[in-house]
Amino acid sequence: MSRSFTPKVVTANALLEGDAVWLTADDRWTRRLEEAELIEDEAHAQLRLLHAESQPDVVVGAYLADAKPGPNGPEPTHFRETFRTRGPSNYPHGKQTDETHV
Amino acid sequence: MYKYNDFDEAFVRERVAQFRAQVERRIDGSLTEDEFKPLRLMNGLYLQLHAYMLRVAIPYGTLSSRQMRQLAMIAERWDKGYGHFTTRQNIQYNWPKLNDVPDILEALADVEMHAIQTSGNTIRNVTADHFAGAAADEIADPRPVAELLRQWSTDHPEFQFLPRKFKIAVTGAPNDRAVTKAHDIGLRIVEKDGEQGFEVIVGGGLGRTPMIGKVIRDFLPKEDLLPYCEAIVSVYNLLGRRDNKYKARIKITVHEHGLDEIRRLVEERFALIRPTFSGVDQDILAGIEAQFAPPAFAEKSLAVGTDLGAGYRSWLDTNIAAHKRDDHAIVSISLKKHGATPGDATAAQMRVMADLAERYGYDELRISHEQNVILPHVHRADLPAIYSALRDADLATANIGLVSDIIACPGMDYCALATARSIPVAQEIATRFEELKLEHEIGPLKIKISGCINACGHHHVGHIGILGLDRAGVENYQITLGGDGTENAAIAERVGPGFAYDEITPAIERLVRAYLEHREGPEETFLQAYRRLGQAPFKAALYPESKERRDAA
Ligand code: HEM
Ligand code: SF4
Repeated sequence: MSRSFTPKVVTANALLEGDAVWLTADDRWTRRLEEAELIEDEAHAQLRLLHAESQPDVVVGAYLADAKPGPNGPEPTHFRETFRTRGPSNYPHGKQTDETHV
Repeated sequence: MYKYNDFDEAFVRERVAQFRAQVERRIDGSLTEDEFKPLRLMNGLYLQLHAYMLRVAIPYGTLSSRQMRQLAMIAERWDKGYGHFTTRQNIQYNWPKLNDVPDILEALADVEMHAIQTSGNTIRNVTADHFAGAAADEIADPRPVAELLRQWSTDHPEFQFLPRKFKIAVTGAPNDRAVTKAHDIGLRIVEKDGEQGFEVIVGGGLGRTPMIGKVIRDFLPKEDLLPYCEAIVSVYNLLGRRDNKYKARIKITVHEHGLDEIRRLVEERFALIRPTFSGVDQDILAGIEAQFAPPAFAEKSLAVGTDLGAGYRSWLDTNIAAHKRDDHAIVSISLKKHGATPGDATAAQMRVMADLAERYGYDELRISHEQNVILPHVHRADLPAIYSALRDADLATANIGLVSDIIACPGMDYCALATARSIPVAQEIATRFEELKLEHEIGPLKIKISGCINACGHHHVGHIGILGLDRAGVENYQITLGGDGTENAAIAERVGPGFAYDEITPAIERLVRAYLEHREGPEETFLQAYRRLGQAPFKAALYPESKERRDAA
């Protein structure tokens, strides 16, 4: 175990729609960060990232983003990642509206 | 207006077909993202935070109403019903789906438009004065030259892999509305002994190392333009640094080698290639010039006594500029309604503007680098009708050149490179000054906001510049003062520590109030007052606590 590894999620953009997606523990790509796998171990994070990168026909630009545990699942720690879970602030577009349609 | 010839048409269609095949191969997995990315960027397709983004060139900012209607159609059919006009005279669609993009490009080709060379290390969309062909102060219409440069640079075999992107701007007027001094090459049409030629400026640029361009040739005969530009770009192509992306622009090349050395090399190269230009380019230019002939201006009598009230008079004051004909005017349509996203227009608004251009504007529209739309030629008799139609479409905001006419880049609401948001900052500042009802009293004041150091929002040349940064995971905004994007170009200077997101609007308000307090009178603009007074009074207004602390000490 690393000394002070910040927990991570694997995230990317969907190939066709281009929107943010997160990798779940059961190998799905979800559009809701709360469903993502929160990775607490650095070596495991690298493996999961490799797994994401091996799916170029599904996602683009996979990377590890910092996250923290929350009551409903992982939560973002940086505002950039918060925006990715929602959408732009000038219009109710993107995920913030999709949620109301669920 | 310029019409595609058979070559242009075939070239654009072929590129669409190629890209369609590339997208198919990307989706079926035979192209990796690493292979596909340069191909999509060559066609203006970026991947942003929430979706793809398609950047469509609007060469020298000129559009016909038919093209504007097609942009509206695309916005409705394949995007979310709006488009974003940018400082580079492009339109960006923020929500296209990858497999729709070939169809979008096809629809653009139907109206002689494309997204080629809106990205990548090539010569980008050539920009020009948005009042071109109409302005009272103009020596000559810069667009024929811009079109010649477009033809020369598009798919130029030598210049597809430059050290970095390359931007050219042209103006035909002494009042520089095209920010030529912040471009890799800036061209100003000037007159000497009754002859027209160019002042050639090189090495300007914004981004992380802002530089004002320097005059490399004060008078270049008109017919030498292409060989001279080719000489500049090829000297840069060899000399420009490819080891470090941040030092790769020509501004750094000029800075590192010195203007005199660059001039010597360019002149040497120019002497070599000049004879290979047989004059065909001048024949082509003559053909292009004919296509930019001014419209057949209408003769109408001016209705007397049409007054649509204070709103109309205020709009006349701010949104109308002098046309070269006394009976005509240039109308700027503000895409900066207080609280709205700077530069955004809905499909319905695009259609209204297209209709107005067709009905009253000789079918011409322009996009300005300040993210507004221009009707370059309208008869003064039609101004009341135009105003009423604009007002009905929520497009009659009377704020051109005022504090709420803010340039803002997409920032972290869209852009993957951003370090902070810029759009909501612009929205909040504009809303605040609308509440205060002060902006007409404040007068000309340009605020420009970028969401990161790349400076797409031109903050370095804003009278007030705002740069959004990420300070330890929190948005933080740096204020710079005294920038100027005109012929007297200057880079703004940083004043002090940055402000948090919720502190930035009050800070701007204090700054502007300090100006009102210290100016000699309403004739002295913010920029003039800043130049006269220096930073001190503005700094004191921005950081009142530190002043109190000093006073107490
Ligand atoms: C996906 C969005 C964008 C990306 C990735 C992007 C990228 C960049 C980068 C990397 C630079 C710095 C270049 C350098 O210093 O060498 C830059 C500069 C610039 N961009 Fe953008 N940009 C984007 C959107 C825009 C938009 C929306 C506009 C127009 C409103 C714009 C206009 C400019 C301008 C005017 C500059 C500074 C002039 C210069 O090149 O020195 N960009 N951009
Ligand atoms: S200045 Fe930065 S944040 Fe704004 S559009 Fe350019 S790259 Fe994006």
